[in-house]
Amino acid sequence: MNTKIAIAVFVVLAILHQDDWNWDNKTLWLGFMPAGLGYHALFSITVSIFWAAVNRFAWPHRIEAWADEGEGK
Amino acid sequence: MTTFYILVGYLALLIGLGLLSSRFFKGTSSDYFVVSRSVGSFLLLMSIFGTTMTGFAIVGSTAKAYTTGVGVYGLMASWSGLIHSAVFFAVGIRLWAIGKRHGYLTQCEFFRDRFESQGLGYLLFPILVLLVIPYLLVGVIAAGKFIQPTTAGLFPDAFPMPPLPNGQPHPLNGGIPPWLGSAVVCFIVLFYVFFGGLRGAVWANTFQTIVFMVTGVIAFYMISKNLGGLKAASESVLASDFASARASREGMIGKLEFLSYCFVPLSVGMFPHLFQHWLTAKSAKSFKLTVVAHPVFIMIVWLPCILIGIWAAAYLGPLGEGQSPNSVLGRMVGQLVHSPVLSGLVGAGVLAAIMSSLDSQFMCLGTMFTNDIVVRKFGADRFSDSQKILIARGFILLVVGITYLLSLWLMNSAHVFDLGVWCFSGFAGLFPLIVGALYWKGTTAAGAFASVISVVVVWCVLFYRDIIAVKPAGGASDELLIFGMMPVAIIVAVSTLSLVVVSLFTRKPSDETIRKFFV
Repeated sequence: MNTKIAIAVFVVLAILHQDDWNWDNKTLWLGFMPAGLGYHALFSITVSIFWAAVNRFAWPHRIEAWADEGEGK
Repeated sequence: MTTFYILVGYLALLIGLGLLSSRFFKGTSSDYFVVSRSVGSFLLLMSIFGTTMTGFAIVGSTAKAYTTGVGVYGLMASWSGLIHSAVFFAVGIRLWAIGKRHGYLTQCEFFRDRFESQGLGYLLFPILVLLVIPYLLVGVIAAGKFIQPTTAGLFPDAFPMPPLPNGQPHPLNGGIPPWLGSAVVCFIVLFYVFFGGLRGAVWANTFQTIVFMVTGVIAFYMISKNLGGLKAASESVLASDFASARASREGMIGKLEFLSYCFVPLSVGMFPHLFQHWLTAKSAKSFKLTVVAHPVFIMIVWLPCILIGIWAAAYLGPLGEGQSPNSVLGRMVGQLVHSPVLSGLVGAGVLAAIMSSLDSQFMCLGTMFTNDIVVRKFGADRFSDSQKILIARGFILLVVGITYLLSLWLMNSAHVFDLGVWCFSGFAGLFPLIVGALYWKGTTAAGAFASVISVVVVWCVLFYRDIIAVKPAGGASDELLIFGMMPVAIIVAVSTLSLVVVSLFTRKPSDETIRKFFV
């Protein structure tokens, strides 16, 4: 279940990457950061938070155990 | 000369690190090739990040932002943050587990057993080597190209350059020429890889990743300060006729092109040098920090480079005849960071980014040749561990020699960084193969062959059209797009289709093989 939610959020993030609304936006956030660049910098931070949540809630424990139990097989 | 001495001191430190890491060498081939599978979270993060951040990320991103604007971050950096971590999580951890259970050192060993086919290994080996070489070329050429402007003016008698047509002195006059800078970088990397094996590369990568991240931030601060501050620097972009378009994506990048760049970072799933780094992990938990921190680390490196690139468009204006955008970062540092100490540190940082990829690539080529060709041909018991290491070193030397000679030939080609993208596209085209091998029990050897061969054919045709074929004058774009998309999208689609269709109609692997590779 957690894996399915993680995949769904991943797809949403991939969709949010295509920020067409910023395409011709030259506004400078905080006076120096072009909006299209600032949006994607925030996107990178969001992605890190997403992966932290995946590690916490959808970690592949079975694979880890499988590797440890059968070393050298 | 302070800048020069700092660069020399930095390179000497790397030699020292190589010698130090060799003292920890246990004398076995497993220790030389995969550090006895003992690398923890922090070293894994730094070595994997250092390996994926190349000269392309530092020198190329600044150059690309100079020509194409802020959209370059979305094209490469934010897509990579999402996709790379997904690949580390979904592919890296599984491959680590399989490698640990069955003692694999290379991709070809894994694919041979997974698909019960010796031929598949022999087919993949030359393809992987040929795809790594352009990637190596990007690093070797970027190093030479960066050292020259960084050392400009230091050796006017030894390395004179003719004045520009307008009578002005050449901005690169007295700089160490690229052929020499590239040779020195190759030698240093060879040295610590020879003596320390992959442990030397992991240590050096960790050290170099810290260096290029810290110095990048310092350079960014110094450049923005000397442009009048962050606000003044960015406002100058909007005020410049030449640079203002670079503050958004409109007219610079197509929407489908932007979307289809998502396929490029899939390449990390098939990079042989990353495969080798994954195998070094002490446990699956070692991957956790890498998966989380990688997107933010990419941001820390790319964001300053992109801003410097668009600021350079306003500050430098259009480049003159024969001046490559790849020299933009070096020129901005040279002209705006007046402190020789900081110039030297920034120069060391850029070289660190370049060398931290070269070392892993050198190592993986030696590992693959030894294990996939020599040991496979003559048997595992034919050679002692020390002989295997000697063979690996010999092959590394041969490949570095060939790469260096190719770099001399291609040094002034406008297509060097295009080669990098084509190299990524080739590896990305092979990505469906690793996904099929790990997640679909029905993937067959015939399907794997069909996928690999289709990638080779489609890649060659598209590469010919983009790089080799003469293009009609006045073309709209110098980058090959198909229906507005990057060629990699087509390559991945054809590869996936071939894999699935042929697998559906051919003999499945044995039950024993399926039990061996699936949880």
